[in-house]
Amino acid sequence: MAGRLTLYIFLAPVLLWLFLLIVLPHIDLFFISLQAENDMGDMVWSLSNYEAFFTEKIYWLTFLRTAVYAILTTILTFLITFPIAFYITKVVSLRVSGFFTILLLVPFWVSELVRIYGWMILLRESGVFNHYLMQLGLIDKPIEMLYNDISMIMGLVYTSMLFMVVPLISSLEGLDDGLIEAAYDLGASKIVIIWKIVIPYIMPGITSGSIVVFMLTLGNYLTPNLMGGKNSLWFTEQIYNQFIASFNWNQGAAFGFLLLILSTLIIWIGLKVTRQNLSRALS
Amino acid sequence: MPNDLEVENLVRNFAAFRAVDNVNFEVEQGSFFSILGPSGCGKTTLLRMIAGFLEPNSGDIRIRNESVLGVPPNLRPVNLIFQHLSLFPMMDVKENISFGLKRRKIAQPEVDKKVNSILQRVGLPDYGTKKINQLSGGQKQRVAIARALVLEPSILLLDEPLGALDLKLREQMKIELKKLQQDVGTTFVYITHDQSEALVMSDQVAVMNKGAFEQIDTPKNLYTHPGTGFIASFIGENNEFDAQVTSTDPFKVKLDLGHEYFARAMTPLAEGANCKLYIRPESIVINPPTDEKINTFKVVVKNVLFDGANTKLLALIENTSREIMTALPQDKRFDYIKPGDKLDVGVFIDACTCY
Repeated sequence: MAGRLTLYIFLAPVLLWLFLLIVLPHIDLFFISLQAENDMGDMVWSLSNYEAFFTEKIYWLTFLRTAVYAILTTILTFLITFPIAFYITKVVSLRVSGFFTILLLVPFWVSELVRIYGWMILLRESGVFNHYLMQLGLIDKPIEMLYNDISMIMGLVYTSMLFMVVPLISSLEGLDDGLIEAAYDLGASKIVIIWKIVIPYIMPGITSGSIVVFMLTLGNYLTPNLMGGKNSLWFTEQIYNQFIASFNWNQGAAFGFLLLILSTLIIWIGLKVTRQNLSRALS
Repeated sequence: MPNDLEVENLVRNFAAFRAVDNVNFEVEQGSFFSILGPSGCGKTTLLRMIAGFLEPNSGDIRIRNESVLGVPPNLRPVNLIFQHLSLFPMMDVKENISFGLKRRKIAQPEVDKKVNSILQRVGLPDYGTKKINQLSGGQKQRVAIARALVLEPSILLLDEPLGALDLKLREQMKIELKKLQQDVGTTFVYITHDQSEALVMSDQVAVMNKGAFEQIDTPKNLYTHPGTGFIASFIGENNEFDAQVTSTDPFKVKLDLGHEYFARAMTPLAEGANCKLYIRPESIVINPPTDEKINTFKVVVKNVLFDGANTKLLALIENTSREIMTALPQDKRFDYIKPGDKLDVGVFIDACTCY
C-alpha cells in the first residue's frame, strides 16, 4: 500500500505536467482546428481547415518539401557523424575519446540562435568567407552564400549533429572490438565489416538518433527562417503565419495537427521499412 | 610430415617493452600445438602476429612455406577462435557460420551444404536457425569452432577459448576439442595459461615465459624432464626449496633448513653453487622402503586437503616451519592419517631435481 502511495507521489508531477501542459492544450487546439467561420461570420463545426491543406497546393507542397528536406538532413547528419562516432569510439585511445566527446558537446552550450548567427557572420555577403576569398583573389565580387536551400540544410545538419552523434557513440561503445576482428579474420573487407557487422549492430542507435533528428528538423523554426531566405518555406513558418500573421488560429491549429500526424506517419513507415522496433531503439 | 607453420626469430616490441623475444618454432601438419605460459608472457601477442592483427618488428612467419608478413588477416589462410568467441549477435547460427564462405563468393547451395556438414561435425545439427543468445556456453564454443573450421584453414588458432566455461564443461570440451582435431586433421595452435588444457590436448607444448620460449616438448617430457626451474614450478605442482650444492659426485645438496639430500642435477651445477630443489608431491612416498636410493625425512601432518583422487597432505618438515605438499593415495591404506601425526616419508633420488 505504501509502495503504491510513493509511486503516485512520484508520478503526480509528471502526470500533471503531461495533462496540463500537453494534453489539455492539444484537446483545446483540436477543437479549435475543427471550427471555421461560415459565410455569415459565425463559428461553426467544419473540416474546412483540414480540407484547405489538401486543396491549396502551396500548403501540402510546403509540407512535402519540409518532409523531404528533413529526411535529407537526417541522412546527411548520419553520414557525417558516423565516421566521427566511429573514430572517437574505436580508433583513438580512451582518454582522447573523452576529450573529443567534450569538444563535440561544447558548441551546444551556446543557444541555437547564437550558433546560427555565427554561421550568418561567416557566410553573408560581407562576411568572413567572402572577405578572405576576395583577399586571396579567388573571386572578384562577394557571393551571397546565405538564404538558399544548401545553406539552410547545412545549418540544419549542424544543429542536429549532437542528437545523432550521442546515440551513435553509445551504441558503438557497446560493440565489442572482437566482433570487428572476427569478421576481419573470417575474410571480410573493411567495407563489408562496416556494412554487415557495425551498421546492423548499432541499428537501434541509428534509429533513435534518426527519429530525434527528423522530428527536431521537421519542427525547427529558427534555422529555416534565418538561413533559408524567401524561397525556402518551411512548414512551421506556415503555422506561424496562420497564428500570428493571418490571425487564423483555426487554420494554424489544423496545420499543427497535420504536422503531428504526418510526421508520426513518416516515422512509422521508416520503422517498418527498416524493420526496426521503437521500444528497442529507445531502450 | 611437412610443417604448416614456421616461426623464425620473431620479435615484437611495445615501446620499450619486448613482448615477444626471438621466438622460433615449427608446427607439423595435422598436429595439436600448444603455447603455455602465465598471463602477460606474450602468448596472445604471438598469436595475433600469426593471425595478422599485429606485425612483428623482426623475424618471419611462414605458413605452408610462404611468408605471410604484410598479408592482412582477411587474406591469411589461418582462422582465429577468439577468447570471447565473438559470435555475431545479430545473426543466427547459420549466418554466423556462412559469413566467411559468403566473403569468398561461394554459391548458396554449396554454402548450405558446407554449413550443414560442419554443424553435423560439431554435434549441432538442426541448430542453424537458433539465435546466438539462445545457445549455452558449450554450444557457442562449438559454433565458434564451426565458423572457423568451415573455411578449411591451414591452421586454426585458438586463444584460450575454454576460459569462460565452468569446470565441468571445460573438462568435457577439452576431450571434444582433441577428438575434433584428430577427426578433421587441421593443425591447431592453442594458447592457454591452463597447464591441464595444454597437457591433455597437445602433441607438442611450448612453454613461454617473459616473451621467450623456455622449452618445446611433448607433454610427458615437459612434466618428467622440465628443462628449467620455471617449467618445473609452472607445470604441475612442485615443492620448491632453496639449496646449495655440497658435492657433485655423488650429487648432494644441502637445504636452507640444514638437511642434506642426494639429488639429480638437471643443469650443470658446480660445488658450492646455489640452486633450487624441486620435489613433486606424488613422488613423496609415505612409509618408504629402506633403500639406499631414497632420501628419508620425518614430517608432522598439518592438514588433509581432501580432493577425491587428487587428495593432498599438507605437512611440516619435522622441527621446522617449512610446509611440504604430499600426494595422499585414496586406496584406504592411509585413512588413519590425521592432523598432528608424525610420518616417515621418502623421495627417490631421481625425483629430487635441481636447477
